[in-house]
Amino acid sequence: MGTLVQTLASSSSTLSTYAAGLATHEGEAHAATGVTAYAWLLVALPLLGAAVLLLGGRRTDRFGPVLATALSWGAFVVGALVFLAMLGRGAEDRAVGINLFDWIAAGSFKVSAGLLVDQLSMVFVLLITFVGSLIHVYSIGYMEHDADKRRFFAYLNLFVAAMLLLVLANSYLLLYVGWEGVGLASYLLIGFWNYNPAYATAANKAFVANRVGDFGLSIAIIVMFFHFGAVDFATVLGAAGSNANQGFMTAIGLMLLLGACGKSAQFPLQSWLGDAMAGPTPVSALIHAATMVTAGVYLVVRSAPIFEAAPTAQLVVVIVGAITLLFGAIVGCAKDDIKKALAASTMSQIGYMMLAAGLGPVGYAFAIFHLLMHGFFKAGMFLGAGSVMHGMNDQVDMRRFGGLSGAMKITWATFAVGWLAILGVPPFSGFWSKDKIIEAAFIGEGWRPWVFGLAALLGAGITAFYMSRLFFMTFHGKKRWTDDVHPHESGKLMTVPMIVLAVGSAFLGLILGPTGLFTSWLEPVTGAEPEGAHPVIPVPVLMALTLVLVAAGGALAWLRYWRDEVPVTAPAGSLITQAARKDLYQDQVNEALLMRPGIHLTRSLVFADSKGVDGAAGGLAALVGGTSSRLRKLQNGFARSYALTMLAGVVAILGALWVMS
Amino acid sequence: MTAVAPLALPTLPAAFQQSNVDYLAILPLLIVFGTALIGVLVEAFASRERRHAIQVTLAVAGLLAAAAAIILAAKHQGLTMGLTDGSTNRQLFALAIDGPALFMQATILLLGVLGVLTMAERFGGVGPDAFTPSGASTPGSATETAAARAGALTSEVFPLTMFAIFGMMLFPTTNDLIGMFVALEVLSLPLYILSGLARRRRLLSQEASLKYFLLGAFSSAFFLFGTALLYGYAGSVYFGDLSKAIAAGPLAMNGLLVPGAFLVFVGLLFKVGAVPFHAWTPDVYQGAPTPVTGFMAACTKAAAFGAILRLGYVGLDTGRWEWTNALVLVALLTMVVGSVLSVTQTDMKRLLAYSSIAHAGFILVGVLAFDRKGVGAVLFYIVAYGFSTIAAFAIVSLVRQNGAEATHLSQWAGLGKRYPVVAGAFAFLMLAFAGIPLTSGFVSKFGVFSAAIGTGGATGTVLAIVGVLCSAITVFVYARVIVLMFFSDAPDDAVEVVIPSVSTTFSIAIGTLATLALGVLPSALLDLADRASQFVR
Repeated sequence: MGTLVQTLASSSSTLSTYAAGLATHEGEAHAATGVTAYAWLLVALPLLGAAVLLLGGRRTDRFGPVLATALSWGAFVVGALVFLAMLGRGAEDRAVGINLFDWIAAGSFKVSAGLLVDQLSMVFVLLITFVGSLIHVYSIGYMEHDADKRRFFAYLNLFVAAMLLLVLANSYLLLYVGWEGVGLASYLLIGFWNYNPAYATAANKAFVANRVGDFGLSIAIIVMFFHFGAVDFATVLGAAGSNANQGFMTAIGLMLLLGACGKSAQFPLQSWLGDAMAGPTPVSALIHAATMVTAGVYLVVRSAPIFEAAPTAQLVVVIVGAITLLFGAIVGCAKDDIKKALAASTMSQIGYMMLAAGLGPVGYAFAIFHLLMHGFFKAGMFLGAGSVMHGMNDQVDMRRFGGLSGAMKITWATFAVGWLAILGVPPFSGFWSKDKIIEAAFIGEGWRPWVFGLAALLGAGITAFYMSRLFFMTFHGKKRWTDDVHPHESGKLMTVPMIVLAVGSAFLGLILGPTGLFTSWLEPVTGAEPEGAHPVIPVPVLMALTLVLVAAGGALAWLRYWRDEVPVTAPAGSLITQAARKDLYQDQVNEALLMRPGIHLTRSLVFADSKGVDGAAGGLAALVGGTSSRLRKLQNGFARSYALTMLAGVVAILGALWVMS
Repeated sequence: MTAVAPLALPTLPAAFQQSNVDYLAILPLLIVFGTALIGVLVEAFASRERRHAIQVTLAVAGLLAAAAAIILAAKHQGLTMGLTDGSTNRQLFALAIDGPALFMQATILLLGVLGVLTMAERFGGVGPDAFTPSGASTPGSATETAAARAGALTSEVFPLTMFAIFGMMLFPTTNDLIGMFVALEVLSLPLYILSGLARRRRLLSQEASLKYFLLGAFSSAFFLFGTALLYGYAGSVYFGDLSKAIAAGPLAMNGLLVPGAFLVFVGLLFKVGAVPFHAWTPDVYQGAPTPVTGFMAACTKAAAFGAILRLGYVGLDTGRWEWTNALVLVALLTMVVGSVLSVTQTDMKRLLAYSSIAHAGFILVGVLAFDRKGVGAVLFYIVAYGFSTIAAFAIVSLVRQNGAEATHLSQWAGLGKRYPVVAGAFAFLMLAFAGIPLTSGFVSKFGVFSAAIGTGGATGTVLAIVGVLCSAITVFVYARVIVLMFFSDAPDDAVEVVIPSVSTTFSIAIGTLATLALGVLPSALLDLADRASQFVR
């Protein structure tokens, strides 16, 4: 009967769970039993929250935020239970496929909506639900006085649901649903205060830039379907590992990368992230730092077999990562807006992850590890920035901050932990993840380790400079406050999540990194680190070099932004500073290369449309209308004419039959 | 003393033998027929106050019981029963209880329930609102009240409807030309009367009724003439014999076969409103009481397409090459004329009438696929279209001005702003008629067109292409209604939507929900239609 979409309700009663025979490229996924069978609750709970809050309307104003937060924690509890159940199984039995329902059955093309609960998706589930829930709590305090906070929490829940669907999906198609879902939530939240036209524009910009990337992902899915006849991970990744056509793999890889660039704000689709800071700060922390923007890294790591079968695409991933990590770092040095500086830093850090993901098995685990660590420390710093803004009448200009360490002790302390973590100072978490990426970048032969390794190394130094600049300008040095501000520490609802994240930023790396817990956890999915791969520079030398560069960057920042007076208006600056302030002219480039030709193209299309297409359509319509009016006259209301029509019809058709035979 | 002659029992002539009748297989038919007869008795004996309630309950209960009996009958499929000519062993009157027949019966029964519930609407009055107790009086006048007091209630519409439903169920079940003709008349006669009973715009309704009767009689004559020719060709009216005779028949006899086959088809094509036998459709659809129009559009179409399928796939299948081209021509004409003429309609009921003509053309495309897939697609289409169209006509009966139905398109302007739910439901049904995805209309059209392309050969492809183009034309018509309802300002003397009783609300809701459900989750019904697509021979 052809392409007919079957969508069956996934109520708990009809939910059937059985072994989907999902062969990940490393091993079989097993049947879901016990608590794992209820993994669909992870998506369902926050989705329920969003539905209740959005459909319930003002009636839910009173309890909406608390309900949303409770459901988010509920998802975390489910995630934790599933995780514990997973820990109870042997490493090879941990990946579990859960088939929810037959989604699409169109001839030979079948997609079943199902979840893949494996080690990689579990890392994301725990990160998303834990950090997401903390940020829900923080938002109760942060959005306390916003009249429309119910809508805000509804969108937050929607985001959590979509993000969990993205990481739990067992096929590219279902992943795409989550992918679009997080894009939608991000759009809605960036433009949350859409009465401000600039914010609404920022939301549109994010949406359009993401759309370009989404096209890439959808083309990748189409090519996959064309080449493999399937879009589920098991089939696609299994086939990619064995007998794949390299041209197709390269095409799929590059298109996937385009999607990843859009979502993760990587070069050349990075321009939207800075503007996305228009959204409320908890949104920046959750969506534009900890989770959604890392979806691109997830996509690349999940699709590892495709990239391994397409060395060209893999190389492009590394190049994109390297460019973006430097790009973000340079931009970060010049920004005076605390959130935009953090956004540039996010871009740069994701560049690190992307670079690692492009390096192959030596990098996958560290890309995800850094992603996890970054989720903690960057979310913590964003929440800190939000706390600062809260105390400073929503100002974001760091040139009007300074000396806040006294007024906001908890914020200062938690921010300091995050700062040390991102710098990679041992034993804070960033050290265990970023240093490993730098080491991995130096592994290889020929020119690559030198170019990529040095880029990563240099990036670490610049990171130290701009993050220290941010930290010192905000919390230290002279007070440069405007007259009307009275900085004060935020309430418990806001500080407690910050403290929790700071604790994570401080110790999580130490617990998971040097002990090898994390890499061995991910090994069944990402593959073992190849034996005997050594950086071209010995590891201790490299580590020392990194720390020296970091110290130098920090010291330079100390000199210029703590010891020296910071002017309250930005000085003219060098050419490079001016360029960095303008995001290295990315908007201008986009405008010249895309927007203006686009506008001309649209105009000429509109012209052709109105003259050609509309003309043809109008003529056709007039023809149909005219024929209709003439034919109508036959319907004159007389039964005798009708009978005559019938008779004439019979005679004419019999005559035609006679002629034909 | 001669022996006293034994009392002669009325027996059939020796030449005819009664086959063993499997009563379970025809139980649905018997229930409906019995209910109709009881309805006549109720009409005679029940008190005036309670007659309406009894008739509605009886009709609905009978239909539902018959629908339940279909499940029993489904276990007794494949029987061909009836009278057999003892000397030649030929079957003279035969019923085929098979997948398509039972599917059509069930469809007609369920759509019939919705139709009866819509007809039962009283809007708080004494009798059904749509029907007049006295054809000469104006609604609400003293004459009408007097007629009502004298006992001229209109609850006889329910037994009439039941008789029509009985005929409709028989129509796709009969396996010989004479039986088919009887069924055709059984279903038509009550409809002629029902069409003339409208309470408002009575002259239009009476005119429609007479036209329908005259033209129906005319088409019946074609059918009988065709039957005579085919009997002359094959020496039998039983489909099995007909098919064998055509397979073995000499080409020289084609002079009898080709006109005979086509003329029989004319009688059936008339009932579905195929061009050039469609001229009655707009006039009758407009004139008949709106609930009757909805019932006719849904159920008559189902019955007649069931009969067309059986005739084309069982009776005349071996002579397909002789008559296919005629049907292809009719299908092309039907699609083009139906959709082009719908463009200039200004009356909602006429617009829906032309829409029904266009849909008949689309369904014919599925018939011409000559494949089980095509049969399944046609069955699905009929169910989907039936639900949508009953709900659409029920909504038309609610939109009123000064108590009378406001069927002119201009009166519907701005309806969506004042009655968003009703207008929204109607807009959704329009989208279904247009064949927009996520409505049953899309799945239906996709089904018939893909079947035609799949197995209909080059002709099938041409038909499907023309079908798609005609669909595009009709989209304009439906979109215009939606635009009118939602984006135009209401005129000063704005229409109102009267609040219906539970029964009409129920049929609108079920019709709309079925349209949505069959668009989103079509697979269950598609499977069923596919399994029911095998004819017994």
